[in-house]
Amino acid sequence: MGWIGETVDSIKSIKIRQLLTQAVTLGMIVTSALIIWKAMMCVTGTESPVVVVLSGSMEPGFQRGDILLLRMTKDPIRTGEIVVFKIDGRDIPIVHRVIEVHERKTTGKVDVLTKGDNNDVDDIDLYADGQMWLHRHHIMGRAVGFLPYVGWVTIIMTEKPIIKYILIGAMGLLVITSKD
Amino acid sequence: MHSFGYRANALLTFSVTALAFICAIASFSDKFSNQNPSAEIQILNINRLKKQSYGNDEVSLTLDISADLQSLFTWNTKQVFAFVAAEYESPMNSLNQVSLWDVIIPDKEHAKFRIQTSNKYRFIDQGHNLRGKEFNLTLHWHVMPKTGKMLADKIVMPGYSLPDAYK
Repeated sequence: MGWIGETVDSIKSIKIRQLLTQAVTLGMIVTSALIIWKAMMCVTGTESPVVVVLSGSMEPGFQRGDILLLRMTKDPIRTGEIVVFKIDGRDIPIVHRVIEVHERKTTGKVDVLTKGDNNDVDDIDLYADGQMWLHRHHIMGRAVGFLPYVGWVTIIMTEKPIIKYILIGAMGLLVITSKD
Repeated sequence: MHSFGYRANALLTFSVTALAFICAIASFSDKFSNQNPSAEIQILNINRLKKQSYGNDEVSLTLDISADLQSLFTWNTKQVFAFVAAEYESPMNSLNQVSLWDVIIPDKEHAKFRIQTSNKYRFIDQGHNLRGKEFNLTLHWHVMPKTGKMLADKIVMPGYSLPDAYK
């Protein structure tokens, strides 16, 4: 009965090596994606070089599902720039246009007021309680480029997470079966 | 190697790459457009210059804005966002920019216009520095493409001033 044990052992050992190779390949793919993402963060100078437009407040220029390419430089913030900002205590970034700037002589700090192109009123109601202005540290980046519709993939994956799992499962299957 | 999965994957990768390439070229073609917009703004009337109850100055004025932004439109242009802002200096602030009026121009036909309007947004100072203040009026435009790089620029028109006393 020793040869059964021998065969089982050899089968087991092949499977392990194959499995390890596939795991490493998958790991490499994920890591290179991460490297590309981090490199983009360095080049554009912002934490999130790409955002998806989530609301209709900048229509008809930006529709829900469009992707904005961001960049952050040390240049001063001026009216007309489309900026992405986060309010303290809230997760969701907002993409609106700067309509007012007041820059202090002494410190160089700015008070900024924003408004969505499609909104009737400025964003003062969106800011935190008692906050009248945005400051530089709220602003994550300026929109410099734009790709239509591509962001729908992200919106669908966020609102229906089951699709995200299906996609990742399918990609994983593809990688594993490709070693045939 | 010829399964449905592989073919779908290859097709998807190719189409995404081709689309990205086309978008990049479309954006690049904007570099070759010759742009010479022009604008003129007149202040028809300063309606009110008052001090608000909590201390800040506020101005209400009527503007006559005429502009020709037709040369900004290319085949890759989705819309042009134009706005007029007042720029001035005050003792506390090296720069104040306040947007007074804006418009979304969806196509070339609407890009040459003349409009008389009071300021759409309130012109409020941080403080009470507006009496006798000299300021610039700037017409900014922001070209939003169908895909690709956005372009913004402005025309600065100096030499406007506010009355010396509240009215």
